[in-house]
Amino acid sequence: MNLVTTSLKQLAEALRKRQVSSRELAQAYLERIVRLDPTLGAFITTDHERTLRQADAADSRIASGTAGPLTGIPVAHKDIFCTQGWLTTCGSKMLSNFVSPYDAHVIEQFKAAGALILGKTNMDEFAMGSSNETSFYGTVKNPWDLTRVPGGSSGGSAAAVAARLAPAATATDTGGSIRQPAALCGISGIKPTYGLVSRYGMIAYASSLDQGGVVAPSAEDLGIVLNTMVGFDARDSTSIQRPPEDYTALLEQPLRGLRIGLPKEFFSGGVSADVERAIEAALQEYERLGATRVDISLPNTALSVPVYYVLAPAEASSNLSRFDGVRFGWRAPRYDDLADMYELSRAQGFGPEVKRRILTGTYVLSRGYYDAYYLQAQRVRRLIVNDFKSAFAQCDVIMGPSTPTVAFGFGEKTGDPVQMYLSDIFTISVNLAGLPGLSIPAGFGQGGLPVGLQLIGDYFSEARLLNLAHRYQQATDWHSRVPALASA
Amino acid sequence: MDWEVVIGLETHAQLATHSKIFSGAATAFGAAPNAQACAVDLALPGVLPVMNRTAVEYAIRFGLAAQVVIAKRSIFARKNYFYPDLPKGYQISQYEIPVVSGGQIVVELEGLEIPVRLTRAHLEADAGKSLHEDFHGLSGIDLNRAGTPLLEIVSAPDMRSAAEAVAYARTLHNLVMWLDICDGNMQEGSFRCDANVSVRPKGQQAYGTRCEIKNLNSFRFMEKAIEFEIRRQIALIESGGNVVQETRLYDPDRDETRSMRSKEDAQDYRYFPDPDLLPLCIDAAWIERVRNALPELPDAMRRRFVSDFGLSPYDASVLTASFDQAQYFQALMHFVQGVAKLCANWVSGELSAALHRDGLEIRHSRITPQQLGGLLRRIQDGTLSGKMAREIFDALWSDGGEADTLIESKGLKQISDVSTLEKIVEALMAAHPGQVAEYRAGKEKVFGFFVGLAMKACGGRAMPFLKTGWLANEALPFLGHSCSPAGSF
Repeated sequence: MNLVTTSLKQLAEALRKRQVSSRELAQAYLERIVRLDPTLGAFITTDHERTLRQADAADSRIASGTAGPLTGIPVAHKDIFCTQGWLTTCGSKMLSNFVSPYDAHVIEQFKAAGALILGKTNMDEFAMGSSNETSFYGTVKNPWDLTRVPGGSSGGSAAAVAARLAPAATATDTGGSIRQPAALCGISGIKPTYGLVSRYGMIAYASSLDQGGVVAPSAEDLGIVLNTMVGFDARDSTSIQRPPEDYTALLEQPLRGLRIGLPKEFFSGGVSADVERAIEAALQEYERLGATRVDISLPNTALSVPVYYVLAPAEASSNLSRFDGVRFGWRAPRYDDLADMYELSRAQGFGPEVKRRILTGTYVLSRGYYDAYYLQAQRVRRLIVNDFKSAFAQCDVIMGPSTPTVAFGFGEKTGDPVQMYLSDIFTISVNLAGLPGLSIPAGFGQGGLPVGLQLIGDYFSEARLLNLAHRYQQATDWHSRVPALASA
Repeated sequence: MDWEVVIGLETHAQLATHSKIFSGAATAFGAAPNAQACAVDLALPGVLPVMNRTAVEYAIRFGLAAQVVIAKRSIFARKNYFYPDLPKGYQISQYEIPVVSGGQIVVELEGLEIPVRLTRAHLEADAGKSLHEDFHGLSGIDLNRAGTPLLEIVSAPDMRSAAEAVAYARTLHNLVMWLDICDGNMQEGSFRCDANVSVRPKGQQAYGTRCEIKNLNSFRFMEKAIEFEIRRQIALIESGGNVVQETRLYDPDRDETRSMRSKEDAQDYRYFPDPDLLPLCIDAAWIERVRNALPELPDAMRRRFVSDFGLSPYDASVLTASFDQAQYFQALMHFVQGVAKLCANWVSGELSAALHRDGLEIRHSRITPQQLGGLLRRIQDGTLSGKMAREIFDALWSDGGEADTLIESKGLKQISDVSTLEKIVEALMAAHPGQVAEYRAGKEKVFGFFVGLAMKACGGRAMPFLKTGWLANEALPFLGHSCSPAGSF
């Protein structure tokens, strides 16, 4: 079975028809990981024995005729999801010794569905980064060009799927951490509406923005995985209770009459020419499919980055206080007293980007600065939400580039945090509004590197977004292109 | 100079929920260290808080009792600071919008009703405990208490003496137990008070600089600590010094307060709304449901005891000092009618003393209201003297049973026919002709002599006759002399 060209949906069918066993599938993927991952660095942890045990269990379930759509399918999980008995590091030295005693809700859902845990994927430390360069476990290479970043923070998941080391991988998105690496790695990725995927067991970065999602080659595969991943969880107070939805139900719906909103702020400079060309071509494809363009405006787009870099660090500074060396995680080997233990453990356990955000967050919450920064940012966040509200009165979906440029080189932006932060300019506002967003491959730009098209929908419009993406993917083949490395 | 004392109290009442405020772990006191700390309490990576509905309901109950405003929408905030027994590195509390604001508590002190305004009451999670002994230079952390729900009740600076502060604290203590939202156990830390104390020259409007006193884990210590602090502040100012705003710890062994930390050391807690919790929304229907389930409140019951039973305000307030005692009294009144004062005396007298002696709560009393009622009926109808009743009470207390059975078996049954008694009196008179003569000659003192003899002869079993003045009005008059009523017995 050719793992490079077979979709998750086809793998599932082959499993059900007993053309392949889950054990064979797991072995084949693990073999690819052994062969290719030393080059990519997409995984932090694999555990062949454990995965194969799960595969055997899945095979008996398939044999007994009680298999679901994901039974026997290996799925890689971002190392931000607590996984019982597995090292769960969040890409940090701080948790380099943390074996989770419990499963995140997301992991529970996959286990119940009979999916295998293929491994835990690399990520920016505590999901803070846009290039996967902040991981304690080393950088992840972009499978399309090993000198380029895969994007972040879900760089490991995106690179793994792009190189077909996994048929799908979980990811999380706080400011673009699913859509941006999906775009840079030439795969599909969806961030659902805030509250659809439980945050229980998903290590918190910025609680009001964090949302679990998935990356896979195609929109159809995203829908299949999303069906398992989404679900109400009483242990997450922000989890939304609504009737279960089949995210593959609308896939084939025609696009006639679709109104695509194009925010002028997404197209007015700041986007490189190659990306702009690819996006324009994609829009023309949509027109051929029956859609029309509507010019819209999201006037506060430029403010989304500063607002994000006030709110996310504020929440992070508090969320990361539990990493104090007292109960779990890294503790400095030598210290004089309690304060010293705190200081040294955190100084040694956290990397520079995490420290930068903790400091920023601590600052904006401090007495005398709170109103000017935190409160003000919350007010602007409200304006951004309203921008989207007015926009969706005029159109059915908003489209634009996922990122301003194709994948950049290692070290290119590490010296200038603000430049790094600006690479998320098109994705951040979606998190601030809690809306669903999707990135799909839309051709190639400079250096033969993938370009991502972003689709932003109204709340709970995931099935519709996947429909728009699927129709496009039926008309194009960008999503089935793989980097040379994957076919090697 | 004349000084005026200004005191405000911050009270932490541990809410008596079965599980913690944001997790499902148990809250029972006394478990092995860390046996009652789940993943959420340990603040493992990825865990999230979920609000305990009962804790909110208890806050509403308190709010209704103290006639406060219950916020339709209140916000949980994070109070950020590092401490080993604070696993998340922040405490979930309420800051800008608490669940309860305003209201007042009426405090009774020496017959006066003193209203004390409440500023607010908010829900928050307790921290764990740091244990600094027994670990050879290290500290132990017990997170069993981490996440226990607290209602922090903040009073206005309305109290003007240590006695008022204690009276307020006692009233609040009674109220939270009355509402069954807190077990009130001060030794176990279920009810903790901090006092903000300042002094100012009488007549001055502006408040003086205050100090916060912590570690007031009994009412006695609270009174002593506040009194010490008042003396300290006055002496300091009068000797030309200034009170420094600080937190002070009361040391009961030395009966003094000591500086713990000054305001300059006060941390910036960087409060902000907790993004893991939605705003707490309480609708009118919920409030109504809680209101309908509310017991009669101590204040109302006290007034009713005065109007319905004719008790003095003092007796009524003694009886309503606890819900269980008031319930006991009301049950007792079912078994013996029309002698509320007698019942009140026995509940707050003999019964209280026996409970206290044996270290029992009234709900575990060894004598039920029915048993006590049986006893008091025999006092009411004159069968028993006070002394005999106490004897029966002791027997009931130690061995159980019914008052009437014990009266029978102990031969304490009263002589109830007049003829028997008349014979006794005649015999006495016959045996003491001299005294009879003296009495007839108008020597009234001799009356008492006969009463004493009569009581002795009856073995105390003639109370109904002696008490109702039989001897004076029926027996002795035939001696041809009017005499004083027998009330003097």
